[in-house]
Amino acid sequence: METKLMKGNEALAEAAIQAGCDAYFGYPITPQSEVLEYLAREMPKHNRVCLQAESEVASINMVYGAAGAGFRVMTTSSSPGFSLMQEGVSYIAGAELPCLLVNVNRAGPGLGTIQPGQGDYFQAVKGGGHGDYKLIVLAPSSVQEMADFVFLGFDLAEKYRNPVLLLSDGAIGQMMEKVTFGHHEVHISEKPWATVGKPATRQRNYITSLHIRPEEMEKHNLRLEEKYQSIRENEVRYEETNTEDADYIFVAYGLSARICKKAMDLCRAQGLKVGLFRPITLFPFPYDALNKLADKVTMMMTMELNAGQMVEDVKLAVNGKIPVDFYGRMGGMIPTPEEIVHHFENVIHPTYAN
Amino acid sequence: MQTEEMILPETKVTELPAACSREEEYELVYQRPSTMVDTTMHYCPGCAHSLVHKLIMEVVQEMDIQEQTIGIAPVGCSVFAYDYMDIDMQEAAHGRAAAVATAVKRLMPQHYVFTYQGDGDLAAIGIAETIHAVNRGENILIVFMNNAVYGMTSGQMAPTTLTGMKTTTSPDGRQNEIYGAPMKIAELMAQLPGAYFVTRQAVNNAGAVRHTKKALLNAFKYQQQHKGTCFVEILANCPSNWKMTPLETSHFIDDEMMHAFPLGDIKVPKGDLKIF
Ligand SMILES: Cc1ncc(C[n+]2csc(CCOP(=O)(O)OP(=O)(O)O)c2C)c(N)n1
Ligand code: SF4
Ligand SMILES: [Mg+2]
Repeated sequence: METKLMKGNEALAEAAIQAGCDAYFGYPITPQSEVLEYLAREMPKHNRVCLQAESEVASINMVYGAAGAGFRVMTTSSSPGFSLMQEGVSYIAGAELPCLLVNVNRAGPGLGTIQPGQGDYFQAVKGGGHGDYKLIVLAPSSVQEMADFVFLGFDLAEKYRNPVLLLSDGAIGQMMEKVTFGHHEVHISEKPWATVGKPATRQRNYITSLHIRPEEMEKHNLRLEEKYQSIRENEVRYEETNTEDADYIFVAYGLSARICKKAMDLCRAQGLKVGLFRPITLFPFPYDALNKLADKVTMMMTMELNAGQMVEDVKLAVNGKIPVDFYGRMGGMIPTPEEIVHHFENVIHPTYAN
Repeated sequence: MQTEEMILPETKVTELPAACSREEEYELVYQRPSTMVDTTMHYCPGCAHSLVHKLIMEVVQEMDIQEQTIGIAPVGCSVFAYDYMDIDMQEAAHGRAAAVATAVKRLMPQHYVFTYQGDGDLAAIGIAETIHAVNRGENILIVFMNNAVYGMTSGQMAPTTLTGMKTTTSPDGRQNEIYGAPMKIAELMAQLPGAYFVTRQAVNNAGAVRHTKKALLNAFKYQQQHKGTCFVEILANCPSNWKMTPLETSHFIDDEMMHAFPLGDIKVPKGDLKIF
């Protein structure tokens, strides 16, 4: 075991090397350029491929090529760049290629700002590109998780032959924390479908997302849906803190979850029984766990760095059993725990805080 | 194939009549390369795509490199190339074949990697990926099928459409004042230091076919030397969208297309290499 002080982006890059990532393709964009810089320096030492592409369009299609040839491959970007990749992401999902994608979310729309945001939630979990497909979406909330989820992400990608997205944000990517390496196991699976050259002993392999006959396309769609269903049944991950005796629940992921944890502590110090529910997988979303919690508490409050996106899934989960409130900041603004407590007190007891 | 939406009926391969099945009575002078899949193609009659597929597969067979060759198919009429070439292949997004090929080749440097792309795919939507791959000198072969139109989407104007040529989106003929002159892609590629061998060939007569075959063979052989990108532009036809018979397209290529796009080697490896 080895403990280091690292930036989130660098921890992710180092984890990629340790997880046996054969190739990385990327294009500079703040706040994630450290990944490309780290790997440009380190990958050649391990005889791996690191290539700065001419655009995110090129890098995502390089990921397609490398994944199709059966290699462990990753790309990283931030919001505008990740938007540019969406056609390629859809092709990768359609062709069922395992790979690891990372979006270090900054605030938008448009060029927006380089400060952290969570405005890409819908893009990450509801589609992003065209057609019916799902990414497995992991939301790290610490530098340690930036590293851990790289190992987990590659494993899930290969297990399901599906792209995995690590949805991080500018704060988690840029902050420095302790991170421990060395406790991860690396499992690299066989890929008999990969295009590595056709020997006389087997049929040719080809990678495609094209099924021109509607009957075959629908069959492919149904098979994908079956896969997504099995992901829903087996891969839901979340973290609960102080939920056993809670009257109220804060729901938040990534950076927001860290702030809400502080806000929860402040509430508890005043005798308000608040718990924290942190979705770790955004797809599959922990609908059932939240639905069960809704039987025990009086209300939930979702906090996000956007105009209210995950809150729609929280409402779907709760299904009208209790009220669900939302608090958000945008534009790269990050709320203080006190600000969240203030908002929360106003909601549960309009006269309580003045 | 004229539109993306069109669904093709399954075609049955007809059995040979009994008289022809006694093989020993015939001298075998020509046959399908073993690297081609024995199936019916979806290409329109007289279309150059099928012929060029065969030439590439003949080279793969003759060099005995089926096991080391990876092809990248484009979006265009040749999107189904993997149904016909009996090698491992990947079908790339529209225009991105050079990026896909870059990754495949970088990860498997001893393999032979080629892209097969139309003029809409390569010269319009995919020009950035193409220029950068060639500029990096990726050790791949790019086969560029210039038929002056978007074949698959039923004959719209391409960057290579000839001046004055009528297409569905240039109903009065391409006007250079609006769209610029037809792009001479091979000449453009030859400017890039990463290009090792650049040639423009045709397949509209037996002599031209032999030259193209030789260019493709050389390009595959050069790939063994790891010296840079080989770029083979081929003047192709599109009888369906040019609204001509295959024979008329052949004359059109000779009389019109070759003026805009002169044939010949544009950049050849210098000096000591005697592969020809
Ligand atoms: C992103 C995107 N834009 C547009 C299309 C529609 N499209 C399919 S093929 C094609 C043009 C193909 O023309 P070309 O590359 O010249 O190939 P040809 O069919 O002539 O061989 C277009 C525009 C698409 N599939 N994807
Ligand atoms: S003739 Fe034209 S439309 Fe028909 S297959 Fe060839 S390129 Fe496509
Ligand atoms: Mg064309």
